[in-house]
Amino acid sequence: MSVLLQTSDLTCVKDDRVLFEDLNLSLTAGQMLLVEGKNGSGKTSLLRILTGLNLPESGDVLWQGEPISEVGPEYYEQVNYVGHHDGIKRDLTCLENLRLVQAMGKPLPIDLDDALDKVNLYRFGDNFVATLSAGQKRRLAMARLVVTEARLWIMDEPFTSLDKASMAMFQQMFEQHLNDGGLIVMTSHHDIEMPDSDVVRLNLSE
Amino acid sequence: MFKWFVKWFHRFGSPPYFYRLAGLWLPWLTGLFTILVVAGLYGGLVLAPTDYQQGESYRIIFVHVPAAWMSMFIYMVMASCGIIILVWRMKLAEVVLSCAAPIGASFTFLALVTGSLWGKPMWGTYWVWDARLTSELILLFLYLGIMGLYGAIDDKRVAGRAVAILAIVGMVNIPIIHYSVEWWNSLHQGPTVTKFDKPSIVWSMLWPLLTMALAFKVYFVISLFQRVRAELLHRERNTRWVEELVKS
Amino acid sequence: MKRLSLSQAFWFLLRRDLLLALRNRSELANPLLFFVLVITLFPLAVGAEPNLLSRIAPGIIWVAALLASMLSLDGIFRSDFEDGTLEQMLLSAHPVPILVLAKVTAHWLVTGLPLLLVAPLLAMMLGLDEDAYGILLLTILLGTPVLSLIGSIGVALTIGLRKGGIILSLLVLPLYVPVLIFSSSAIDVAASGLPATAQLSMMMAFLFLSLSLSPVATAAALKMSMS
Repeated sequence: MSVLLQTSDLTCVKDDRVLFEDLNLSLTAGQMLLVEGKNGSGKTSLLRILTGLNLPESGDVLWQGEPISEVGPEYYEQVNYVGHHDGIKRDLTCLENLRLVQAMGKPLPIDLDDALDKVNLYRFGDNFVATLSAGQKRRLAMARLVVTEARLWIMDEPFTSLDKASMAMFQQMFEQHLNDGGLIVMTSHHDIEMPDSDVVRLNLSE
Repeated sequence: MFKWFVKWFHRFGSPPYFYRLAGLWLPWLTGLFTILVVAGLYGGLVLAPTDYQQGESYRIIFVHVPAAWMSMFIYMVMASCGIIILVWRMKLAEVVLSCAAPIGASFTFLALVTGSLWGKPMWGTYWVWDARLTSELILLFLYLGIMGLYGAIDDKRVAGRAVAILAIVGMVNIPIIHYSVEWWNSLHQGPTVTKFDKPSIVWSMLWPLLTMALAFKVYFVISLFQRVRAELLHRERNTRWVEELVKS
Repeated sequence: MKRLSLSQAFWFLLRRDLLLALRNRSELANPLLFFVLVITLFPLAVGAEPNLLSRIAPGIIWVAALLASMLSLDGIFRSDFEDGTLEQMLLSAHPVPILVLAKVTAHWLVTGLPLLLVAPLLAMMLGLDEDAYGILLLTILLGTPVLSLIGSIGVALTIGLRKGGIILSLLVLPLYVPVLIFSSSAIDVAASGLPATAQLSMMMAFLFLSLSLSPVATAAALKMSMS
């Protein structure tokens, strides 16, 4: 199978500290990269470098063999990122928030109500985000993954403030995405139960 | 030819290479500066004739005008570094930009001080809202803004990119600001005496002026090299070449 | 597969920001109040002599507009920066400068345009010549968008800083100088009964220049600030 996402000699330095050096990774369709490591080991930095939000000290991130800085918009069409921040606005309703996500120029596979249904927020479409609980907000942030169609999901601690049932639900969603030929890069403090064959583990503390 | 240039450009941009090269150049530059500044000052303060209108006080132009030229020139250097930073992400350019800013601000300040010192006998007051002085004052603010922004951002790689953007924005704006101020000044005709820009300046005044201008440029390079060398050592303190340098 | 075009994204973002401003209605009036307040301070400071006031009125109005615009700048990106929506905007498949332009436009509609409403009232209170009212409004219409556009670069550069406020003014105010000069001069000459075409066309030029260049700089600065 062909390699989609690749890093070549990626080095990240933050405040004079080398977080990781000459990192070479490659990910094919249907694979998940699970980034592990202690606090401050550079997990978030790696994820943000993969999205192109942060720049590495040296090295490149390649998408289908080309540096992402050169691929540009075609890369961003393929990426969905859920970071530390939920990236949703308190003063908008759930539906308004998702509509904003859809305005960002990525392909739209499904109806917004269906997307809300997928994350168990169907009844909350017209509620203001300010009235939601932390877990519900996180679920709404995760709904971003399904309202636009992107091949690569990059997630930083997606299970923060989620309960067991929601975690199971999202793990199912991840498996489905991998089976459809998607890619996932994520960090998580929680144990995840996924078939080992699909998961590549990377420990940045070692 | 172009290939050779690119190769040289990258080698020149590598911190250890630049550190060594600048170190080699410094004594020569210092010697050149001494000769130029002595010749320029002697020509300006002793040989040049007394001005029939302004008397001896005009002689401050031998400091004021080169300083004002430098204040513009250094900003241009910084904006060029800004372009290099944004296009090639060269670390050396970041260091040069951040080190040039305080020097540029000092020259701007010098131009302001000498300008107002010159103004006292001419206008009877240290400060008038003359177009040139006002432009210099705003330029000083632009320099201070760059220094302030660079100082405020902790991650120096990020700070380098921030001031690169700001320097380029400033470069686009400087001609506009300059033109606006000139225009504003022509509108509110204050107590302006047309001063330095005489239609023709005699040779015995011109050559000291140009020599001083050259001396200031060399001084800028000396000061810049020293600052850049110090900053490079600080920034690269965890690398092997600095370690080897300290050991030897 | 269906997707939203760039112009749809522009309008959507613009509408969203206006909607958010409307939902925080109480904050809407703040820049306006500030504008009025600063202008009120001047007669108290320099004396209420009508001749003096009417002569310095153009300058006062524009200095106050400058300060009001600068104080409201932080709102362009602040909340988006804090809740992570700005991050999402930078990951958009659309060109970021256009999205930036949508946000700046929304911001100007909320903070710059309302100055038009109170400016005639303040001009009257300061005793500005009535012939100059039209030009005053025109300068606000042409000048305040330039302030927002230039200001957005400054905010984008300082948004990640904990204490960005003072440094923002240091970055932005010197760049405001040309707008200040030409707008107050336009009102000045209009008040003395002369045509202000030269000044107004310069301001038009500033507007087009900043419209085309500043969103690019702002987008680059935002990218820098997010890393």
